[in-house]
Amino acid sequence: MATLELRRVDKAFGETRIIHGVDLAVDDGEFVVFVGPSGCGKSTLLRLVAGLETATAGDILIDGERVNEVAASARGCAMVFQSYALYPHMSVFDNMAFGLQNMRVARDVIDAKVKAAATLLRLGELLQRKPTQLSGGQRQRVAIGRAIVREPKLFLFDEPLSNLDAELRVSMRAEIRDLHSRLKATMIYVTHDQVEAMTMADKIVVLREGRIEQVGSPLTLYNTPANTFVAGFIGSPRMNLVPAAAAVAGGARLPVPDAHTIGIRPEHADVAAEGPLRVRITQVEQLGGSSLLHGRTADDLPFEIVLQGQTEVRRGDTVGVALPADRLHSFGHDGRRL
Amino acid sequence: MLKFLTRTRGRSRLDWTDWLSYAYLFVGLFTMFAPIIWLVMSSFKTESAISLFPPTFLPYSQKSVEVQGHDKPLPLYLTKDAQGNVRPMAQVRRIGIMATMVDPASPGEEIRVNINDRKPINEITFALGNYTELFGKFNFERYLWNSVFITVVATLLTLLINSMAAFALSKYQFRGQKAVFMLIIATLMIPPTIILVPVFLVINTVGLLNSLWGVILPAIATPTGVFLLRQYMLTIPDELLEAARMDHASEWRIYWRIILPLAAPALAVLAIFSVMWRWNDFLLPLIVLSKSEYFTLQLALNSFQGELNTQWHYLLAMTVITLIPVTLVFAFLQKYITTGIASAGVK
Repeated sequence: MATLELRRVDKAFGETRIIHGVDLAVDDGEFVVFVGPSGCGKSTLLRLVAGLETATAGDILIDGERVNEVAASARGCAMVFQSYALYPHMSVFDNMAFGLQNMRVARDVIDAKVKAAATLLRLGELLQRKPTQLSGGQRQRVAIGRAIVREPKLFLFDEPLSNLDAELRVSMRAEIRDLHSRLKATMIYVTHDQVEAMTMADKIVVLREGRIEQVGSPLTLYNTPANTFVAGFIGSPRMNLVPAAAAVAGGARLPVPDAHTIGIRPEHADVAAEGPLRVRITQVEQLGGSSLLHGRTADDLPFEIVLQGQTEVRRGDTVGVALPADRLHSFGHDGRRL
Repeated sequence: MLKFLTRTRGRSRLDWTDWLSYAYLFVGLFTMFAPIIWLVMSSFKTESAISLFPPTFLPYSQKSVEVQGHDKPLPLYLTKDAQGNVRPMAQVRRIGIMATMVDPASPGEEIRVNINDRKPINEITFALGNYTELFGKFNFERYLWNSVFITVVATLLTLLINSMAAFALSKYQFRGQKAVFMLIIATLMIPPTIILVPVFLVINTVGLLNSLWGVILPAIATPTGVFLLRQYMLTIPDELLEAARMDHASEWRIYWRIILPLAAPALAVLAIFSVMWRWNDFLLPLIVLSKSEYFTLQLALNSFQGELNTQWHYLLAMTVITLIPVTLVFAFLQKYITTGIASAGVK
């Protein structure tokens, strides 16, 4: 079990800087999710921790020891890759045993550990199969099994669920969470899917263009996003962001008078004839238990509303939207939370 | 198999394109196989049958019988006697155009006939002696062993050295990587005959003349092999190597346990090439090996021809034997070529 600390870590490929001075501390046993749009540097950051890339500047500390110069194989991390990266010519057993064999662990110990991991991941029947004879979910479990047999200090997951179908993704999500609570290991998980981040993380790290935008628990990020980027990225459907001036013109009372942009989550907005915002509805999704309205404001900005229950609103209607002051998020000119 | 071979374009009847393609295929089959089949058939002929004119396809030889009163078996002829009766008779001796014949049934009476009045009785016999006698004569085992040793050792070393170079050139980033690769490829443009003399001088200086290693070592690093393996190894995903590094594997283990097994189809192709090159190689052994105890089969074949008369029946049998290993290697490894191509598209 381990702690991880990044101090002003920089990474550049030639002239292009990918990571800009990242500072981060991960506590022992935490499940940390790196989330961000593609190209934000989250995978690169993970690979820096793994030792598959070398940092241009800054320090990477595992258990308080600087590991910048330590080879990937000696850092005590295990990684699950997006493509699983199972060795196609080896059986499931050999795939899981390979790491232990490299560490010159005794054969009977390897046997016991692989069997134990296989039982944990329900792979017992499949040990003699080759990866090509497995389904996507089974391959995923083998990749995880390969990571856990070595009992690493740090688990690294690089978008491990992105190749699975939606249903399997949900169940694997729960399995990985479950695994974390059983192993009590420190895990770092990279994803571009904010739902995955919200459902799995103890702590979410939101990245954009190589910089950390915000670090916090899922609900902290949901309730108090640090800026418009995090506000728009965390939560589904995404938060509505409208110019403060437009809301004021409609007669809304703002919690912070000099806000530049205000945000309200679709589930907090409500249809009210006298509301300060006018929204033209372009699409109505009736889900039975709730309804999702897609619309556009007078400034032609997208605006979404989630209503409990079913609605009478039709496509093409223009509705008023209430903006309850205690649900509003206010952001300044630079996009920061006020 | 039969279904495949008799496949047609038209649903039931033969389309004209079928006729054309079958004709083309048969011409190809004939031109490629006829010389080899002729060689194999001839290798089973007796010494006299080979020099027979007109030549025959099947290995005929003249029938002979034991006749009482004669030590050796006598050759049989269909003979027309003075009365015009035709019967099989054995020839005792022949002087000029007259032959003395004897009936095997009654060894006492001999008749003299003109040689135009008799025809040899031939039967198909496979002269297996051509093969079995080889092992007693000419130190054949020695040549075979030399050839096998050179081929096997050189092929193993070629695979090892070339795959190591290909691994470095395909999976590591280093300064001058492209330049080194271009340099290796550039050597393809130099024909081996051009560097034959320098190679000889080098082999001579390091004292490997008349040593099998003198044939093995100069050619174990081949640009073709490096190129072939590098191109294949480029298709092996880097993530596998990274996964192995995370699995505490040393670079050597990555090469040995990950890269080599995954490059097996390309290695098989190179192995086929290498076996064919080494087994059929003539020029390099010719200049390096001058003592007959170090001769390879190819050199031995060559030396058969030089000595006053050529013993064609042994030469042909030995040629057939030299063809066998390459054929076998190809037959067993060729499936790797096709699987190599087929699996390249599947992730």
